[in-house]
Amino acid sequence: MRGNPEAHELIAPSSLSAALGYLAESPGQWMPIAGGTELMVAHAAGRLSSPKLINLWGLKELSGISATDETLTIGAGVTFRELRADPIVASDFPLLALAASWVGSIANQSRATLAGNIVNGSPAADAPPALLVYDAEIELISLTGRRRMMYPDFHTGYKRTRMNPDELVLALHLPRRFGRHHTYLRKVGTRKAMAITKVALAATALLDGEIISEIRLAAASLADRPVRLVATEAALLGHPLSAATIDRALRVMLEEAKPIDDIRSTEAYRRHVGANLLGEFLAQLVHTEGAR
Amino acid sequence: MSASPKTRIIGTPQLRKEGVDKVLGRAKYIDDIDREGLWYGATVRSTIPRGLIKAVHYDPRIPWHEFVIVTAVDIPGKNQIQLIVADQPCLASTHVNHPDEPILLLAHPDKHRLPEAVAAIRIDYEPLPAILSIEESEAQTEIVWGADNTIKRFHLEKGDVDPIWATAAHIVEGEYRTGAQEHLYIENNGVIAEYNEEFGLTVSGSLQCPYYVHRSLVVVFDLPPEKVRVIQTETGGAFGGKEDYPSIIASHAGLLAMKARRPIKLIYDRMEDLAATTKRHPCRTRHRTAVDKEGKLLAMEIDIATDSGAYSTLSSTVLSRATLHASGPYVCPNFRITSRAMATNTVPAGAFRGFGAPQTIFAIERHMDQIAHVVGLTPDEVRRRNFLHDGDTTATEQVMVEPVILDTLLERALAESNYHARREQFLQENSNSPIKRGLGIASFFHGCGFTGSGERYLNSLAGIDVTPEGKVRVLVANTEFGQGTHTILSQIAAEALDLDYDDIIIAPCDTSIVPNSGPTVASRTTMVVGKLIERSCKQLLRFLQDSAYLASSYSKAGFFSACELYRAQHGKVESLCRYEAPPNIFWDDQTYRGEAYPTFSWAVYIAEVAVDTVTYSAEVTNLVTVQEVGRVLNPTLAAGQIEGGVAQAIGYALYEKVQLKHGHMINNQMTNYIMPTAADVPPISVIFEQIPFQHGGYGAKGIGELPHDGPAPAILNAIQDAIGHNFTSIPLMPEDIFDRLSFAQMLEEVHA
Amino acid sequence: MTQAAWPTIDFTVNSNSVSVAVPPMKRLLNVLREDLRLTGAKEGCGEGECGSCSIRMNGQLVNSCLVPALQAAGTTIETVEGLGTRADLHPLQKAFLECGGAQCGICTPGMLMAATHLLAQTPNPTFEEIREGLAGNLCRCTGFIKIFDSVIAAAQGAELHAR
Repeated sequence: MRGNPEAHELIAPSSLSAALGYLAESPGQWMPIAGGTELMVAHAAGRLSSPKLINLWGLKELSGISATDETLTIGAGVTFRELRADPIVASDFPLLALAASWVGSIANQSRATLAGNIVNGSPAADAPPALLVYDAEIELISLTGRRRMMYPDFHTGYKRTRMNPDELVLALHLPRRFGRHHTYLRKVGTRKAMAITKVALAATALLDGEIISEIRLAAASLADRPVRLVATEAALLGHPLSAATIDRALRVMLEEAKPIDDIRSTEAYRRHVGANLLGEFLAQLVHTEGAR
Repeated sequence: MSASPKTRIIGTPQLRKEGVDKVLGRAKYIDDIDREGLWYGATVRSTIPRGLIKAVHYDPRIPWHEFVIVTAVDIPGKNQIQLIVADQPCLASTHVNHPDEPILLLAHPDKHRLPEAVAAIRIDYEPLPAILSIEESEAQTEIVWGADNTIKRFHLEKGDVDPIWATAAHIVEGEYRTGAQEHLYIENNGVIAEYNEEFGLTVSGSLQCPYYVHRSLVVVFDLPPEKVRVIQTETGGAFGGKEDYPSIIASHAGLLAMKARRPIKLIYDRMEDLAATTKRHPCRTRHRTAVDKEGKLLAMEIDIATDSGAYSTLSSTVLSRATLHASGPYVCPNFRITSRAMATNTVPAGAFRGFGAPQTIFAIERHMDQIAHVVGLTPDEVRRRNFLHDGDTTATEQVMVEPVILDTLLERALAESNYHARREQFLQENSNSPIKRGLGIASFFHGCGFTGSGERYLNSLAGIDVTPEGKVRVLVANTEFGQGTHTILSQIAAEALDLDYDDIIIAPCDTSIVPNSGPTVASRTTMVVGKLIERSCKQLLRFLQDSAYLASSYSKAGFFSACELYRAQHGKVESLCRYEAPPNIFWDDQTYRGEAYPTFSWAVYIAEVAVDTVTYSAEVTNLVTVQEVGRVLNPTLAAGQIEGGVAQAIGYALYEKVQLKHGHMINNQMTNYIMPTAADVPPISVIFEQIPFQHGGYGAKGIGELPHDGPAPAILNAIQDAIGHNFTSIPLMPEDIFDRLSFAQMLEEVHA
Repeated sequence: MTQAAWPTIDFTVNSNSVSVAVPPMKRLLNVLREDLRLTGAKEGCGEGECGSCSIRMNGQLVNSCLVPALQAAGTTIETVEGLGTRADLHPLQKAFLECGGAQCGICTPGMLMAATHLLAQTPNPTFEEIREGLAGNLCRCTGFIKIFDSVIAAAQGAELHAR
């Protein structure tokens, strides 16, 4: 244990507005901590830089999953275990339930929160690809008000987001319109459980006859942040699901992907396996289409 | 196969002796233990691979007067860790030879103050060029050890290889590499040291060999042996990683305890343990083999080089075992085997389950499959045609006087894995599936116990005593770290004395109480020390019967009464025996000829793999193990050893990669050093054949290391079966499979 | 900050109420081991990877090395020490003993908590569910095989005999 517990203050305001009050008063001074599955690792490694932390775990305003006919709203503090257990996540957003099952281990899933996974900003994070292909909207809150943006706009660079120092994530909103979409999510990791992602691909698509009428593709570890593969999408959208289209899309993806070499994998591996995952998804589409 | 004599307790699944405490969570490992007035220790380590220490700066922000600081000048005795060659300093003084080499020690009552203090010490070095690979070491552009960077060399010849090449039907060459591997015991290295003038130094901790630590402390502290006491505490996994390393951490804690005049607890966290402690020796093996047109081996030329790191530690004995296992379980009339342990400026390598054998068995078993391809034989047939049988001689001219049943093991493994049928099935299915499947074989032996005269040199002493409370106490310095020492030795004593398993207890593993029965290594405990316990028990019965205290047939009450009568006469009831070498063991250390090992365990393993061509990942889907290990004394423990060893070897083959930058391990976290989880292990079948070895405890041979020898080559043989590519290096990562497949595809496209 | 300045944190451990005055960022693992002398939970990695610190908190399996003490306030915690006693072992403890699920024993407390949690959620788990339930607990000794056997035996409520 390389961190010094005595060197950190941790306060536990009893409400979200009280917490936001601290952030408004001293922006950038209070590091939010929810489930701790990232920050406590940093603490043990002696890398927890902030002397002041503010507890978000248990704040009821950040918890809970609620649904209308149109939208599923997931509180920032919802854990991956809760995501897996929710029936509407299972029925309407199966990729999110699948991603949740891959986060760490059972013990990590009971503590890691959706917002924590996003705000940490790692390009390898498990939840973002699914959120991206489900057109998620992220809602931020501060003492002065709330604002929303489409989730792709949230990440601006490597571990950088549009969040202001006095803001917290309040919720994610997912439109309940993917019931007929073809979906795909695959994570390639270092082993079958408790694996950091080397590359992952999420996809949702609609076919109108043999024309791809909707396509969303999102990847982990193919850029410095979680991304939609917009160029690859453009090579598919509106095109027939043919061998030529698939071939072109794969080539575009090989170009669009910008992975790196790091301690877990190589740039070349990530790029090509990412394309293989796309190929796998498109082959599944062809197969389902052919089966009609 | 000779039948085993009938026994009541031997051969039955007695419950783990210390098992209740373990499942209650009440077993006390060193970090669970406290002491009055305890301070905590930390180590300041080198950040460069090689250089001179010019200056040490202490940042004035830290109140250094609160700390105890130890450097090499504080060492009362010799600044040398005792092992085979005393070349490793306890603390670096003038220069460093590897990253993470210990230089300074700190102690403080508040453990949270130590990391900041360690970071506040800045050391100025004059860096020197560092040698970071076997090839760099062999090139000798820098001399970093001895005269030529070579810590040890062996040269073994049988027959005459040189004339064979000209006339052989086939010559097959190959180069094979194995990487470093970390033990990853779930309990990190740790000790508590206490010192006072009157009693001397006591070190308690997580360790395999209390007397190794004792020997080293006696020299470092210049204390008489009776003023050094080493106690093994419950140890959370070892695998060889706590054979020699504890001498270092014990010395460090002892130095702090001596200077602080307080008990010192020195426990590594995972990052430090991964970066700074011993690993398996990386190895490069080159094969050149002459075979006739039937695939029979005519001549084998093998060259082995290991990367020993900066100091010799156990490199010469690892090299010895690597050399003696390099030829495989095959008959060949002509051998030339040359081997070298090379020094590099990396963290010194040490003992790890298999101890050189997994490295060279990987090579020969991969190579046999290449021979099969060249000659046009199946992998099982090439082995069948070359297996050792009774009466054959090995590369060291050792005659197989004990039965060798490799054919039986092979047939059993082929049947159990449904090898031929499944290979046929995969051949059909692979072309239509992105998942390519295959099967691979490895056949191998593991020499039991120490090489040649090693056991004579150890001259182990072990035995039993009887307590006034009516328990028989086993007196050994051999340690329990999960493999079952306490259980097995209790079973042996209970059987030999015709008592119950619960009548036996194990004496604390404390050098002030137990004799030196040798280290807990080399798969020797059951075979060698078990035999000493067996003999000691029978000796005690003779003592009691010779004094007429005990009849030849007796009850438990009768036995213990007789012991009390004996105690009244002799003061204590104790029976110890010294090691006796089996007859007809002759070993020449110079020519490397003769009986290399008193006996061998034998095995054939078959791995089934699936390679996913979308992700280039290989996974093991089934692993069949068939082994002849002498008598199995406890089937649950024995199977547990095989299963655990196989899982570890699967990691060695496909998951575990030590990544070094300038010699320092950069993936020194469990997140980034990947071992298989419960989701990754395949079904593992364990089949034992038993041919009792008369010189082993109740007929036992060794099993602890055997299971780490076979899986890696069997897996890579299976991958070659699945996708047709010959991978010669482990760990084999998906990135490596991708690189090869995309290179092959590029070649195809170029030629298309 | 001095010790007197730390507010007490109250929670329940193995049905006993406890009250500790510790820094709020002290890891729950260290509170259990040092302040409460419950040394069953172990530190194997400090990163939430090995699971040897696993306990149950409000009925969920958590890695106690990742929980700040303050977040344990008001919770109900179960550790291996609360599972069974020498005279009355929990069926899982009995199964681990009889099936060889413990070798060196260092992963055993965490593994038992993970297995307890698994069987509480899924009394009749499939083999795959067992694998997943234990995937967060690393064992270097057993290769997991006899741990699976132990969980299956406990789930089946089988009475096994040592001989």
